[in-house]
Amino acid sequence: MSPLLIALQALLSHWRRHRLQFFSIFTGLWLATALWTGVQALNSQARADYARASAVLAGPAQAQLVARSGERFDQSLYLQLRKLGWQLSPVLEGRLRFAGEQPLTVRLIGIEPLSLPAAMTVAGTSLQGFDLQAFIGMPGQAWVGPDTLRQLGVDATGRATSSDGQVLPPLVVQPQLAPGVIVVDIGHAQALLHAPGQLSRLLVGDEARPLPAAFAERLTLHAPSDDGDLQRLTDSFHLNLTALGLLAFVVGLFIAHAAIGLALEQRRGLIRNLRACGISLNTLLIALVLELGVFAVLGGLAGVASGYGLAALLLPDVAASLRGLYGAQVAGQLNLPAWWWLAGVVVSVFGALLAGVSSVLRAARLPLLALAQPQAWRLAQGPWLRRQALAAGLLLAVALGCWQWGNSLASALLLLATLLLAAALLLPALLDGALAWLARLCRGPLAQWFVADSRQQLPALSLALMALLLALAASVGVGSMTEGFRKTFSAWLDQRLSADLYLTPQDTTQALQITDWLARQPAVTTLLPSWRAEIRLQQWPVQVQGIIDHPAYPARWPLLEQRPQAWAQLASGRAVMLSEQLARRLGVQVGAPLQLPNQAMTVVGIYADYGNPKGHLLVNADWLRGHLPEAKLSTISLNLAPEGIAPLKADLQQRFALDDSRVVEQASLKRWSTEIFSRTFAATTALNSLTLGVAGVALFISLLTLSQSRLGQLAPLWALGVRRTQLVWLSLGQTLMLSSLTVLLAIPLGLLLAWCLVAVVNVQAFGWRLPLHVFAAQLLQLALLGLLTSLLASAWPLWQLARRQPSALLRQFADEG
Amino acid sequence: MKGNRCLLIGLLLLAGCDQPAPTPKSFAGLGQDATAFSQVTRAHSLVFPLDHAAHNGFRIEWWYVTANLKDNQGRDWGAQWTLFRSALRPGPETTGWNSPNLWMGHAALTGPGGHQSSETLARGGIGQAGVEATPFRAWINDWSLQGSNDLARLQMTANGKGFNYTLNLVSTGPLVLHGTQGYSEKSGKGQASYYYSQPFYRVSGEVERDGQRLAVTGSAWLDREWSSQPLASGQSGWDWFSLHLDSGAKLMLFRVRETQGTPYRAGTWISAEGRAQALQGEQIQLQELAWSKQENGREVPTRWRVQVPAHDVDVQVDALEPNAWMSTRFPYWEGPVHFSGSVSGKGYLEMTGY
Amino acid sequence: MLVIEHLHKSFSTAQGPLPVLQGVDLHLAQGSSLALMGESGSGKSTLLHLVAGLDRADSGRILIDGQPLDGRSEAALARWRREGIGLVFQQYNLISSLDVAANLAFQARLAARCEQHWLDYLTTRLDLASLLQRYPEQLSGGQQQRVAIGRALAARPPLVLADEPTGSLDEASSDEVLTLMLQLVGEAGSSLLMVTHSPRQAARLEQRCVLHAGRIQREAL
Repeated sequence: MSPLLIALQALLSHWRRHRLQFFSIFTGLWLATALWTGVQALNSQARADYARASAVLAGPAQAQLVARSGERFDQSLYLQLRKLGWQLSPVLEGRLRFAGEQPLTVRLIGIEPLSLPAAMTVAGTSLQGFDLQAFIGMPGQAWVGPDTLRQLGVDATGRATSSDGQVLPPLVVQPQLAPGVIVVDIGHAQALLHAPGQLSRLLVGDEARPLPAAFAERLTLHAPSDDGDLQRLTDSFHLNLTALGLLAFVVGLFIAHAAIGLALEQRRGLIRNLRACGISLNTLLIALVLELGVFAVLGGLAGVASGYGLAALLLPDVAASLRGLYGAQVAGQLNLPAWWWLAGVVVSVFGALLAGVSSVLRAARLPLLALAQPQAWRLAQGPWLRRQALAAGLLLAVALGCWQWGNSLASALLLLATLLLAAALLLPALLDGALAWLARLCRGPLAQWFVADSRQQLPALSLALMALLLALAASVGVGSMTEGFRKTFSAWLDQRLSADLYLTPQDTTQALQITDWLARQPAVTTLLPSWRAEIRLQQWPVQVQGIIDHPAYPARWPLLEQRPQAWAQLASGRAVMLSEQLARRLGVQVGAPLQLPNQAMTVVGIYADYGNPKGHLLVNADWLRGHLPEAKLSTISLNLAPEGIAPLKADLQQRFALDDSRVVEQASLKRWSTEIFSRTFAATTALNSLTLGVAGVALFISLLTLSQSRLGQLAPLWALGVRRTQLVWLSLGQTLMLSSLTVLLAIPLGLLLAWCLVAVVNVQAFGWRLPLHVFAAQLLQLALLGLLTSLLASAWPLWQLARRQPSALLRQFADEG
Repeated sequence: MKGNRCLLIGLLLLAGCDQPAPTPKSFAGLGQDATAFSQVTRAHSLVFPLDHAAHNGFRIEWWYVTANLKDNQGRDWGAQWTLFRSALRPGPETTGWNSPNLWMGHAALTGPGGHQSSETLARGGIGQAGVEATPFRAWINDWSLQGSNDLARLQMTANGKGFNYTLNLVSTGPLVLHGTQGYSEKSGKGQASYYYSQPFYRVSGEVERDGQRLAVTGSAWLDREWSSQPLASGQSGWDWFSLHLDSGAKLMLFRVRETQGTPYRAGTWISAEGRAQALQGEQIQLQELAWSKQENGREVPTRWRVQVPAHDVDVQVDALEPNAWMSTRFPYWEGPVHFSGSVSGKGYLEMTGY
Repeated sequence: MLVIEHLHKSFSTAQGPLPVLQGVDLHLAQGSSLALMGESGSGKSTLLHLVAGLDRADSGRILIDGQPLDGRSEAALARWRREGIGLVFQQYNLISSLDVAANLAFQARLAARCEQHWLDYLTTRLDLASLLQRYPEQLSGGQQQRVAIGRALAARPPLVLADEPTGSLDEASSDEVLTLMLQLVGEAGSSLLMVTHSPRQAARLEQRCVLHAGRIQREAL
């Protein structure tokens, strides 16, 4: 047998006797990989779906013609341009609604496959792969993604019926098709959308040339559109998830690191023996690395499997928040290739190396001859604490730097990370200090021992306690932010959503008719039509809303900052108000000038616009219509006596053929908004609890490994006349004391974290700043949860101790039976 | 590659089965309700100008013009203008995108230094393409063939990447009905189409290649054909000749290749005065002499020996441009030819299924 | 003071019960000292553990001042260890988290019988005054064992049980430590039951006996 095999065999024999350690390392790597893979799976799935969404009609950079009004136009324009030799392909798009238990709205895209540019693919299918006859013939085909198919109620014949009773062509699943999209032939689309002869846009197949004047009045050429918006808008969301995943990964590696280190300590003698027997250092190191590799692969496989489960569990919530926040369609089911999952094992190997590198290096430096004396813990503890405190100080300096000079989400997250790590590294020193102080207060021998022994346990438990500190602080921080956001947001919603009915007309023409009609209704007390256009300011998509001059606005539109007479100035058409996030992005303050297309305006107010990934700009409606002719009358909000709401709604729906989604009452709008936000943080909260769980596991494993060596500490006490039950209670008390101290430290740290989240990270990620709220009940709850976690973690090892036969304790005293 | 799909492609574009089917599922699902389409019958007489227009109810139909041209430097050119109509299902034309008709235009310009081709597609029902009889107008997008009701004067225009042409056609002879009063058999098993031609056009106009405009003159030949099932299964493609003899006579010959067995051959001898005389298979001998490799890698015969002993025809036919490959969705070979031997002249050759 | 009658003890092993003590009888008078000898595995430590109340016998009796030890509750046994005996182990078994001063006083304080002048006296006699603030790991073996002896005697227990107290020490320190222990045990007025390998050390105690095949073979001299 080769020396390597012998060394490996000897090293591996350790695990037969130390199954728990084996389990610890495995668990650490497993949890780390699981959480990291799970989070990355969520991100990758979402990103893949954005890509699918932008690839519904994919081809070389595609210019297109759209109506200047932003609305649909008659297909005669298409025919005329074709006769002029333009290579065009018509597209009709619209929303198709499906009733059912969970009402569903999909984006219906009508395409004309014959004229699609040759290089174009539809839902990943090239034109050559098209079954034209089936697609454009009768009854035709309706392409759906697998996810959408599941959401649609489909009858036995494979047909779906929209909420207005239209039967769709037979559904055909296209695996590549983005979720929330149905693709049909343009003829079917015109029928389904009640838009005979209407088109939404024309894809330009050849090089764009100037439009003839007669057409230029109606149509405008849009350069290849920037599909990266969705990616950019959702970046911060994914970065947040990634940060949480990373935290969990680090906590998992803490566990593995601790267990690997312990295993090395216990095998010092073995390693010396092997070397003394003539096995070279290199062979030994290779064997150690190989052993680590085995752990990594095992932990990685288990982790990837659990990561899949985790992601599958969280995906619906993540998908819902992405849909609600950004309008991004993400499938409710994971659909990532197998190689992607296998890459998770690589992450595990990387993690194992990270967790084990220090142990392997220590083994490399292990002197061949050394006294077989137990580690002089007290001698080592001082420098150890000093080293950690020094590292913590350096990290705090970095954190301070990030806070002072950082100006990006990455620096905000770095601030969080350094703050957390510094606190974690400082924890042993702080605990040691606290215990030293406590020791001075203790009089009785057991009390003295209690504190002194706790100090001695500190190095062994510190990693687990750090994990607990990190997890708890993160829980407190995220919890405070979430609750604070909920509170701020619902107050803001109450103020902003103060109209009774909100109407979304089909187009401006209809909107004007509705406005006229409503103006004549005596029941209507307030009528606020608002106009909307989309522009870009410094490449950022911005919604411009034009409002009329009405006293309702000052009452309903809370401003964070304003100039005197702000609303009057806005009405004059020379001033604008900005959403907080837009103001930050543009770096504009109240009173500053802002260059809009065609005119410079003064900023007179800044308001909160939570949840809007795009910028928002408030201007006077007349100014908007004058300067941006493509502006649409998009929403009408109105107030009336409560008893008049239902009849008016019914009247409106009947008179103007508006379905439920176009006439919305305040209550349902509010409900919808809050629901999105609660789901947004559902994934965050879930990950957070998991991290806390991982910390609990870390604590559990540390205590379990410690309980082996604890016998040597406890046996003399027993021999000196301390009862076993008393010892168990004392041990429990020690764990609880250490975790209570940790929890005590976690709360201020968590609050600091919460402040960083609302005042730094949120500002960078979303553009809004929230007030910091402290929720005492929530803190108490988390503190108890932390204590409960440590109680549960210590329960098993202590039970083991209590159950232990005296003979096990006796073995501590003598070698002979 | 056999069976329905083959037939279908053959139907639409006269492409054959040896061809790798460009699209496995193409325009029409043949066989499903073939009988629901109108059928070609022997005892039917053609009525003009009505029959110049589209025959909704039939599955497949085309308007086909080929022109042999010369520029003022004496160089030979060829121009092709084709409009295909293909019906997804039987029945009349309807308004809107759900029309059963699909339209496909092919145009080509062959001249010194090469062959250029172009394709354009359109849906029926929305006015993007169509054919009307009075006044005669066939169009697809910005291409058109239009003129007098009797097709005696036509203007023909089309374009593609790097080329375009506008040609005026004036007929000097009558319309010619092929086969039996326009009933043209395509196999010994009853497959047939309605088929008539106007081979007597004098042409003048302009062609433009890569920005250079040239005045051209020459002769042209119009083919009209419609059917619902012109090819039998087992027929893999065809070779078709339209020849303008220097004597003023015209000769149309075709051979439908069988995957097994002798090809089906037929033709029409048209005297200079326009009298048509159907040619039986045994009167025609066609022999490939030389092959040229096309851009898709296939070998296509571009030099032929054509013999019609009954009319003292024994000529060698050569492609003006051996690489007159139509790289359209359903690719085939179509280009101008010239011939000499017992008689000389110019014409067009179309070969599908290679 | 200590009477042991027909004591039996066996341990369960994979190969069935392994009898260690098979009817041990022993008698130790108040204030006297007894050296218990025997080869490895003869059950010396087991006997000591039974007397210390660290383990229970299968049958037979251990009488302390006429009171049986067996049948006492766990708590009573703990009290016995706390107040009735002082234990000295071969491996010292000091409490590593406490300094020398705290280790010395530990048992006496547990038993609530801490006399400062006796402690001070022990400290001086054991030459530990300069080491009081040190921790066990900072001491040599002899020093550690002196602390252990001090701890065992701090509460002046009626009985001191020593299990190879000098087994880990070199000969010179052994003699020194043993001498100290014997003197201090005498000064404390405690009885001493000491397990030892060394006939030379055993000779320094008042009585000696040898444990062989689970029985006291010879109660020498």
